[in-house]
Amino acid sequence: MNSTITTSKQNTLSSSQEPVFAEPWEAQAFALAVKLSEQGLFTWSEWTTALAAEISLAKDQEEPDFGDTYYHYWLSALEKLLLEKSILDSTDIKARTEQWSRAYQTTPHGQPIELSTGIKQQII
Amino acid sequence: MSNHDHQTEPPSEVELKVKALESLLVEKGLVDPAALDELIDRYENRVGPRNGAQVVARAWVDPKFKAWLNEDATAAIASLGFTGRQGEHMKVVENTPHIHNLVVCTLCSCYPWPVLGLPPVWYKSAPYRARAVMDPRTVLEEFGTKLGADVEIKVWDSTSEMRYLVLPEQPPRTEGWSAEELEPLVTRNSMIGVEKALTPDNT
Repeated sequence: MNSTITTSKQNTLSSSQEPVFAEPWEAQAFALAVKLSEQGLFTWSEWTTALAAEISLAKDQEEPDFGDTYYHYWLSALEKLLLEKSILDSTDIKARTEQWSRAYQTTPHGQPIELSTGIKQQII
Repeated sequence: MSNHDHQTEPPSEVELKVKALESLLVEKGLVDPAALDELIDRYENRVGPRNGAQVVARAWVDPKFKAWLNEDATAAIASLGFTGRQGEHMKVVENTPHIHNLVVCTLCSCYPWPVLGLPPVWYKSAPYRARAVMDPRTVLEEFGTKLGADVEIKVWDSTSEMRYLVLPEQPPRTEGWSAEELEPLVTRNSMIGVEKALTPDNT
């Protein structure tokens, strides 16, 4: 692996000012895993094993991994662990994701997005 | 003008997935949205490398604290109020004129959150994970850290069981400084081990 770590002196200095989370969903995914573990739904060791497995999978598939995709792995690890532990069901996750998608698509711009909008759409 | 012009742009797949997981977990009573917000606020605003800088500066001025840190880092760090997830099993590794320590997590990104906050993007990248172990000297040079040939580099691989904090060498020309004066010289990168602490001339 010859690619340099994007760490010229300048990048290093500027990176210390980088925001903790690049996007709000990363913060939400982060908080969910930490909270669920704190509440005993899985141990921290189970969590790091699940996360390491996702990162290793990406490596096997030769995905470029420069650290900016980290929370994608985090989220996949969380979903798999929730399914593995039978905390959530894959059908429910799929249905709920679609409901949220519809809620976004049918909410006028500037209005708060509410899940009920997506559910109503589904019924209609 | 079609209705579409007024509708909210659909978010990305990952955003929808997070919303789906969170709303299902909230409905099941497994998470409290307010607790999630509180946790995010903590990591965005209150936990960060300034905590670690306090630990390091204290060790520089207080030999008893430094001895405690070497013996039982978890307890010594907790005595300053820095506890929590990923800080349960801490080990402090001390740089000397002949030993330079470097921390990595080769499997994921274990990192001592209570003292350093969440890791920078490069720490989580595949090139850093691989090259810090295989070729640490070159990695250090990329950070502008040149070490003499007589300095041994020790690489520590963090795990969920053990997380490392580098105790950098106290910079030259700071003898007699107080902990408060020394703290700004302690950077995040110096506590990961990719750089040295700042000197009084380059702050």
